[in-house]
Amino acid sequence: MMLTVPPNEQPLLVFNDISVRFGGIVALDSVSFEVGAGQICGLIGPNGAGKTTLFNCLSRIYRPSGGSIRFDGHEILDLAPFRIAAVGIGRTFQNLALFATMSVRDNVLAGTHCRGRSGFLTDALSLPMARRERRRFEESADELISFLDLDAVRQLPVSQLPFGTRKRVELARALASQPKLLLLDEPAGGLNHEEVDHLRSIIFSLRERFRMTVLLVEHHMNLVMRVSDKVVALDFGRKIADGAPADVRINPDVIRAYLGAEQ
Amino acid sequence: MTMTGYTESLTPAAAARRNFGKGRVARIGCVLAVVALACLVPFIGTSYQTLQMTFVLIYAIALLGLNILVGYNGQLSLGHGAFFGLGAYIAAIMMHHFGLPYWSTIPVVAVLCLIGGFLFGLPALRLEGHYLALATFSLALAMPQILKYPAFAQWTGGFMGLVISPVPVPAGVPLSSDQWLYFFCLALTLVMFLIGWNLMRGRTGQAIIAIRDQPTAAVSMGINLAYYKSMTFGVSAMYAGVAGALSALTAQFVSPDSFDFFLSISLLVGIVVGGIATVSGAIFGAVFIQFIPNIAEHISKSASWAVYGVALIGFMYLMPQGVVGLIRRLRGVISGAKRSAA
Ligand SMILES: Nc1ncnc2c1ncn2[C@@H]1O[C@H](COP(=O)(O)OP(=O)(O)OP(=O)(O)O)[C@@H](O)[C@H]1O
Ligand SMILES: [Mg+2]
Repeated sequence: MMLTVPPNEQPLLVFNDISVRFGGIVALDSVSFEVGAGQICGLIGPNGAGKTTLFNCLSRIYRPSGGSIRFDGHEILDLAPFRIAAVGIGRTFQNLALFATMSVRDNVLAGTHCRGRSGFLTDALSLPMARRERRRFEESADELISFLDLDAVRQLPVSQLPFGTRKRVELARALASQPKLLLLDEPAGGLNHEEVDHLRSIIFSLRERFRMTVLLVEHHMNLVMRVSDKVVALDFGRKIADGAPADVRINPDVIRAYLGAEQ
Repeated sequence: MTMTGYTESLTPAAAARRNFGKGRVARIGCVLAVVALACLVPFIGTSYQTLQMTFVLIYAIALLGLNILVGYNGQLSLGHGAFFGLGAYIAAIMMHHFGLPYWSTIPVVAVLCLIGGFLFGLPALRLEGHYLALATFSLALAMPQILKYPAFAQWTGGFMGLVISPVPVPAGVPLSSDQWLYFFCLALTLVMFLIGWNLMRGRTGQAIIAIRDQPTAAVSMGINLAYYKSMTFGVSAMYAGVAGALSALTAQFVSPDSFDFFLSISLLVGIVVGGIATVSGAIFGAVFIQFIPNIAEHISKSASWAVYGVALIGFMYLMPQGVVGLIRRLRGVISGAKRSAA
């Protein structure tokens, strides 16, 4: 089902020996893997496997007790959390983290923050530089709003929107930072069948149109297996499989992890 | 993905843009009307009423700054009266001891209070919610005593405070000192509101609101939490300081006990009454804190604060979102009625 061969095998993102502990719980146990530039990498595993924890290490919300994360020439663990967006990593959240009082458009505009330069003084005086920058961001936000079919709701507060629409707003906000790497945490969670189909075509066009690398956490197996170039499976914080979707799907450890989780 | 209910008319983007434009024209018209009315005040009111309205303008400036901090950024300050007092004293010292012109105090106070607020906000960053409130509370408690402290009395005048000379009217301007000062404050109010309005609708304002709404996501968007929170504290201290300086010019006198905890609380009352996280709410809040205590005193000398309290509770009961919230609701009802009539 792959539309393209992974364009570039040079790794954009390298996890090396990442471990995270919460008290007695080992959420991640020496996890290492690579994601090539332009790849779509699926990240699967039963509930509590450590998928979101891995994202939160990349976002510098959690600090791993050891290991390193290299991204595009940067050591992620040396960067302040607010610098992550600027080096080119955008994300969505498993439980939605929209700016609740803002409109759809303002949420997407907030996503452009890391690309901007205007500050307190230039904004307070509304200098031409600040206004030009604002106009440019408004245009790119409006493009994304159209791309994700949000035109009809762009001025509405996000709190008034149905769940599936909010998920698209979050995606638009993440795209507004023009990331090289996009982290999607269960984007299909809570979506209906039709919405999942739409999401799949969106993910494909992210790579086609924006040459974006995607790390995709998903329980929706059909979706992961169809869009991913490679799949990494976690269970109890350990990597149990890493390879082509067809291989991971029939990996005995993966099957056991999912069967075990169902019992 | 279909969005039944929204998609029937897929030009709403354009419609929304048009509506937005219309809202802007209406808004500018509204502002011009209010400014025109405000210009009439010193000519139709008595000199005492002009003085009262001067204080409304001053409070409006302080309330706008506090609202940027509390309403838009979600940091609670119980101590903004301290920055108000700091601004008043800096202005008074500049004029009393150094004989500097009254207008020169404003930029100096603005810069010093911005820096002071930023520095206070920096360590306060580690304090969330209630703890920040307590830190600002202690600032409010300490301020009058710092101002009275004997070691500084040489500058601050200690218990006695400082007297400053009335603001001179420029030669050739046919206005009384009260009237001139009113226009001076009005001009500064307009400038401060313009700055606040610009800030809040730009990249900065968006970051300030994003931090309040969802700090984790804000950081993921690249927003530097520490910087924006401290700067927002600084900006709101700057507003309080400028308002304080203007109050010193207006009262022609500063004394330590005018900048006590009660002032800080009054300012909070003002932003709640006007409407949390609104720009124009500052004006309504300022009218409330300037006039309601006086009116309460008229109603009952012995229980004026009880009357004030009842008025406050009544306000909050009738307008839980403040005056601006009520106006927005009415506007919603009217435009809804218009739409259903069409
Ligand atoms: N902040 C935290 N404090 C304590 N424990 C945590 C914290 N975050 C995660 N954990 C624990 O770490 C483990 C991994 O959690 P994580 O959220 O990464 O799982 P997940 O793979 O994303 O699961 P799901 O599919 O349910 O989202 C779980 O046991 C979880 O309870
Ligand atoms: Mg998760």
